[in-house]
Amino acid sequence: MKVILNSQQIDRILDDLAERIVTENPPDSDFAAIGILSRGEILAQRLSALLAKKLDRDIPCGTLDITLYRDDLNSPQTSNQPQVRITDIGFGIDERIIVLVDDVLYTGRSARAAMDALIDLGRPKAIRLAVLVERAGREFPIQADYAGYKVDAEPGKLVQVNLVESDGKDEVVVE
Amino acid sequence: MALIRKNKHFRWLHKHLLGLRNLSAEEITHILDTAEGFEQISTRSVKKAPPLRGKVVVNLFFEDSTRTRNSFALAAGRLSADIIEFTKKASSVSKGETLLDTAKNLEAMGIDIVVIRHSAGGAATFLSRNIDACVVNAGDGYCEHPTQGLLDVYTIRKNRGTLEGLRIAIVGDIAHSRVARSDMWAMTKLGAEVIFVGPPTLMPPQVNRLPVSVSYSLDDVIEKVDVINMLRIQFERLGGNPFPSIREYSHYFGLTVERMKRAKPDIIVMHPGPINRGLEMESEVADGPNSVILDQVRNGLAVRMAVLFLVNQAAALDQQAKKKTDKKALRKPDLLDSD
Amino acid sequence: MQSLLIKHGRVIDPANGIDRKCDILIVDGKIAEIGTSAESADTVIDASDKLVTPGLIDIHVHLREPGDEEEETIASGSAAAVAGGFTSVVCMPNTNPPIENETDVEYIHRKGRQARKTHVYTMGAITKGRQGVELAEMGFMAEAGAVGFTDDGGGIQDPAVMLRALKYAAMFDVVIAQHCQDNGFAGDGVMNAGYYSTILGLPGIDALAEQAMLWRDIQLIKKTNVRYHAQHISTAGSVDLIRAAKKESLPITCEVTPHHLLFTEERCADYDTNYKVNPPLRTEKDIEALKQAIGEGLVDALVTDHAPHLQSEKELEFLTAPFGIASLECALGLYVKALIEPRILDWPDLVRLMSEGPAKIIGIEKGTLGKGRQADVTVINPDAEYRIDVHRFHSKSRNCPYHGWTVKGKIEKTIVGGEVRFSAGD
Repeated sequence: MKVILNSQQIDRILDDLAERIVTENPPDSDFAAIGILSRGEILAQRLSALLAKKLDRDIPCGTLDITLYRDDLNSPQTSNQPQVRITDIGFGIDERIIVLVDDVLYTGRSARAAMDALIDLGRPKAIRLAVLVERAGREFPIQADYAGYKVDAEPGKLVQVNLVESDGKDEVVVE
Repeated sequence: MALIRKNKHFRWLHKHLLGLRNLSAEEITHILDTAEGFEQISTRSVKKAPPLRGKVVVNLFFEDSTRTRNSFALAAGRLSADIIEFTKKASSVSKGETLLDTAKNLEAMGIDIVVIRHSAGGAATFLSRNIDACVVNAGDGYCEHPTQGLLDVYTIRKNRGTLEGLRIAIVGDIAHSRVARSDMWAMTKLGAEVIFVGPPTLMPPQVNRLPVSVSYSLDDVIEKVDVINMLRIQFERLGGNPFPSIREYSHYFGLTVERMKRAKPDIIVMHPGPINRGLEMESEVADGPNSVILDQVRNGLAVRMAVLFLVNQAAALDQQAKKKTDKKALRKPDLLDSD
Repeated sequence: MQSLLIKHGRVIDPANGIDRKCDILIVDGKIAEIGTSAESADTVIDASDKLVTPGLIDIHVHLREPGDEEEETIASGSAAAVAGGFTSVVCMPNTNPPIENETDVEYIHRKGRQARKTHVYTMGAITKGRQGVELAEMGFMAEAGAVGFTDDGGGIQDPAVMLRALKYAAMFDVVIAQHCQDNGFAGDGVMNAGYYSTILGLPGIDALAEQAMLWRDIQLIKKTNVRYHAQHISTAGSVDLIRAAKKESLPITCEVTPHHLLFTEERCADYDTNYKVNPPLRTEKDIEALKQAIGEGLVDALVTDHAPHLQSEKELEFLTAPFGIASLECALGLYVKALIEPRILDWPDLVRLMSEGPAKIIGIEKGTLGKGRQADVTVINPDAEYRIDVHRFHSKSRNCPYHGWTVKGKIEKTIVGGEVRFSAGD
């Protein structure tokens, strides 16, 4: 197991992401952060807090469960079962710039599912994909608009993001 | 905010939902937790999600029931499944086709899930043994009505957080009630204390061997319970004359405004519907602040979506396992792995 | 002169108090000599280590002819009977149409003779159409050879009709048999009323249904003194009633089936219709009481209530499937398991309950190996184990929950009127 990002690095990367989002979009953009369960939710909360600070206004934050939109429900790839969880988006997404947040962008399937889920909830003005870690191995033509850290891990390896709120500490490991 | 679930590896492995008697508390809780995730589909503008896309769900109803049938149809539709409606009068059963033949005919057309309501206890079990599709019991004789039991405990859990330690009265024709039985199993497994209330003529044989207490007096019980579930008196089911008149029944067992005055102020009032207003309960009670009857209907949809989703998942896992063993079987004997 | 010699067997003939190793000589279809010193005959059967008993008699079978020949015929049923060691059977009259006049009785006898397997007797219906209203022609049927009367399948509900039937039957020396079931208590029940019927959500048949009618009939027998036979009793309460009635020397007899000794209501928990019977499977307490009654000598006959049904009929929901178990061919093995292995009965007692006992109830000159009697003999291997295989049944039907059971008590030969009509391996 190799630690590729530690706590300070993660904080800096998130801050950079927030900074880029602020500078690369018009100042009055109506942002909202939506995190893909599970760790995307935590990162979205941190990101929306950072954006709120930089823009000096409240940035709404929500949680998206993509289980119902996965493409492997009827042909399970492993013997683990995905659990249906709660999508909690307490605001309208119409006409907003949705910053879709996930921990790792790998095959692109989760992001595809997340976008289909969002479309069923409304019509956002734009969806920007922001991820903490991006690794090679795309199976779908999906790109991250804001990628924190690029990793080249071999296909058999797991890139695991651990966060204080869920796992006790902030670090990214490859195992 | 949704918490990250600790037990990520719980697997739902039952491709049928025949009853709650043989489910564990953990399994029942899993269904309830899953249902939570489905609630919001019914409130957003696009009331559909894709998990059952391309799957065929058959509503095989041999008994009249618009309410449950519609609930299942809506649940299946919200998961993007295709639905076939099969009601007794509209079918060949009246021409003498057996349950088995009916099901096999449907199966030959390629179906994935059968939701069955039948007047014979054990009909769902019988079906599950004879067809490949998933079977969901929507009520079999007076054996079980598992989705009703589930939505009842879901409603209580939503209201109180947990069923642990609650006292729940179920009132009415217990002898002929599948709702009472499913409720009993679910509620006791989740830690509640259940009291069956009704006249002795409407109690089933050896009720004392069930995990409940029994009372013939609603007045004795009303002050002590946290939840009260009034069962529908089903005239069409009552053979003989278990009580002399509607008047007398509602006098002793009806949930009246007077009785509500003596109940706990936050008592939860439930009814599986449809209500015989004035018989099981007075209108003011049905429409009053303690009533969660409409919540039950709403929750029923989420619970049924969860059930259809889960049995489909189990079937998918089953298929996966089958494919693996089929692959193994195709291997030639001289290519056996060394051992 | 055709002769048949059965050598070296343990001859058990309770009617004549015989239980010893000896040889039997049969000449021209009749028992010529027990304890013969004859050395040879036209046919010799070596019965070493085997039991040689009077041909077994089952006084409660359903052979479904006329009317339901797809389930069973007298031909297939008699073939099943001899395979089970039975040299005589008594048909129940709930056929389609029912056996209710002398032509019907003669029809059954004729079909039985044509089959040339077991002796086929029949009971007649007590009431026309088994409707429980008007008496059927018991006189003519008795003259034609009916061995008793019953509305089996159901019981006579109206006490006045039952009383009238008993009074009328007093003119003829016949036995009136009753399937004790008060429909008011039984309702539309399909299994025993109790914990299991409650959790399985099925309507139940309370024990009271059997006991209420039995109690009533006992009061009526006191008034009429006609021979009465309680069919397939299944409850501890019925045992108590019969015990008391016999104490008062009332002319009452009773019978028990194997399933009421081997299974409880718990078997229905999977909704397996092979366990759907009427009277239904009851509780441990009832089984204990029945076994106790048999040990005490309170029970007069062991029967099968052989009830063949099509697979398609049994492949219905438990609520709608027909009642019945087909067990003619494996009955002896089942009784060995239920009564001999737990030492409730020894072989002579068991044989009595399957030969002399039933013969006395229906008043036929059988059930014994008396000299000069028609040679109906069963040769049994008491210790040979065999596996019950429904697919090898001679019966047309397969509705048998004992499939796969390993039991002892194999039928080696069944001899009817001096002819070997079944040999193990047939």
